[in-house]
Amino acid sequence: MANYSTSEFKGGLKIMQDGEPCSIIENEMVKPGKGQAFNRVKIRKLISGKVVEKTFKSGESVEGADVIELELSYLYNDGEFWYFMNNETFEQVPADAKAVGDAEKWLVEQDVCTLILWEGKPISVQPPNFVELEVTETDPGLKGDTAGTGGKPATLSTGAVVRVPLFVQIGEVIKVDTRSGEYVSRVQK
Amino acid sequence: MNWRPDASWSMLQQRADLFKSVRQFFENRGVTEVDTHLLSQYGVTDVHLKNLSTDFSQPLPSGTNTLYLQTSPEFAMKRLVAAYQQDIYQLSHVVRDDEVGRYHNPEFTLLEWYRIGFDDNALINEVSQLLSETCGAPPIVERSYQQCFLETLKLDPLTPDGIEGIRQQLESVPALTDWMQKETDASTILQVVFSEFIEPTFTKNVPQCVTHFPVEQAALARVDESDPRVAKRFEVYYQGVELANGYHELTDAVEQTRRFQDDNRHRVTNKQPQMAADKRLISALESGLPDCAGVALGFDRLLMIKSGAQHISEVLPFTINNA
Repeated sequence: MANYSTSEFKGGLKIMQDGEPCSIIENEMVKPGKGQAFNRVKIRKLISGKVVEKTFKSGESVEGADVIELELSYLYNDGEFWYFMNNETFEQVPADAKAVGDAEKWLVEQDVCTLILWEGKPISVQPPNFVELEVTETDPGLKGDTAGTGGKPATLSTGAVVRVPLFVQIGEVIKVDTRSGEYVSRVQK
Repeated sequence: MNWRPDASWSMLQQRADLFKSVRQFFENRGVTEVDTHLLSQYGVTDVHLKNLSTDFSQPLPSGTNTLYLQTSPEFAMKRLVAAYQQDIYQLSHVVRDDEVGRYHNPEFTLLEWYRIGFDDNALINEVSQLLSETCGAPPIVERSYQQCFLETLKLDPLTPDGIEGIRQQLESVPALTDWMQKETDASTILQVVFSEFIEPTFTKNVPQCVTHFPVEQAALARVDESDPRVAKRFEVYYQGVELANGYHELTDAVEQTRRFQDDNRHRVTNKQPQMAADKRLISALESGLPDCAGVALGFDRLLMIKSGAQHISEVLPFTINNA
């Protein structure tokens, strides 16, 4: 894998740090009028998800990470792996529980997810920003409450639990924002 | 294609006003405006500065046809001071390679001035007056480089033990461990600490002046006769921004030549190209530079401070990416 000099640092660049592939979030150059320049860099570790800050001496080189991002559609889960498919090549990619992580509860068959692969293996799965899921369990709400004040918990077909307005009933399909885990709207069937 | 300027019209009016008040400031003090060349046959030896260069169509007296865009008008202005023994100032564009960021544009405006008979203290006073008159700043507060370290880290940057203590403290900072363990250059260690731990402690709304830098970071300042471990160099910070760098100027041609040679030795170690020292500056020093002090102040940053701009692009008509 190629090395990158600090002068090539920019948001999105994938580098190796502490044996883990990382993505640069922010890169700020610190350059005194007289004296050594530094790069103050905020990076996200792609496996642990941790965000850390590092200071690099300008002009240093850092090992690049063999990381690619793919848009793949979710197929199914066989109990051990979650399978995703490349819609162009029909190639299937299995991701383990560690890679899928919290995304599990937002995986809907056919939905296109973003997978990060390190040296060919998935290390992270990011669901679409919005998913549509059926409500499988929730208390019957009060009739006539349409303002959506207060709300109540509802369990969705994937096991995810979100707060929904009182008028939402079992069997209805709702749209959820996977980034915040919040209810957006009902979906007309 | 986006062709619109970076700065707003009201900002450009503020910029024009600031030019006017800076010029008024110097007119009131009898300091003459000069404008020296941007293209020079010599660049800088300074390890941390990189000249952009261009090629002239004919050979030049230097023996090549390379011309360096000046990183500051310092050498030319010193030649004027040596020749005419007059107080001078300059507002000029300068160019430094590799510098783009919130406070950096490769081409920017520097306000630089030289005062005959001034020492560093007298010039710090005048910088304070300039900040007060142009930006309404409170009087400057001074602390020595050593004091800054003693107050923040309880370690002395002027002793080998102190520097080793500082290096050990840095090793425990997760953001720095990787390369700090390998770092052997004391100046680099001190500069990291200064940028990362000391600058952030400066009171923002009062201009801060750091004085008496270690001789290794003297640049073009004379060594302090009462303490040869430090040089009569100062830096001014205001609103969290490094704003100005000044010296009680080194006038000794032999010492200046030695420092240029040291720079080039560092360049060899760092695998950077060596730069020919400006022979005309050395000749001017040999002929005699009067006792003087000089300072360079970032004009665009001054405007950022005055206007509250958060990025240098707000105060420049066109930044490098829009040029």
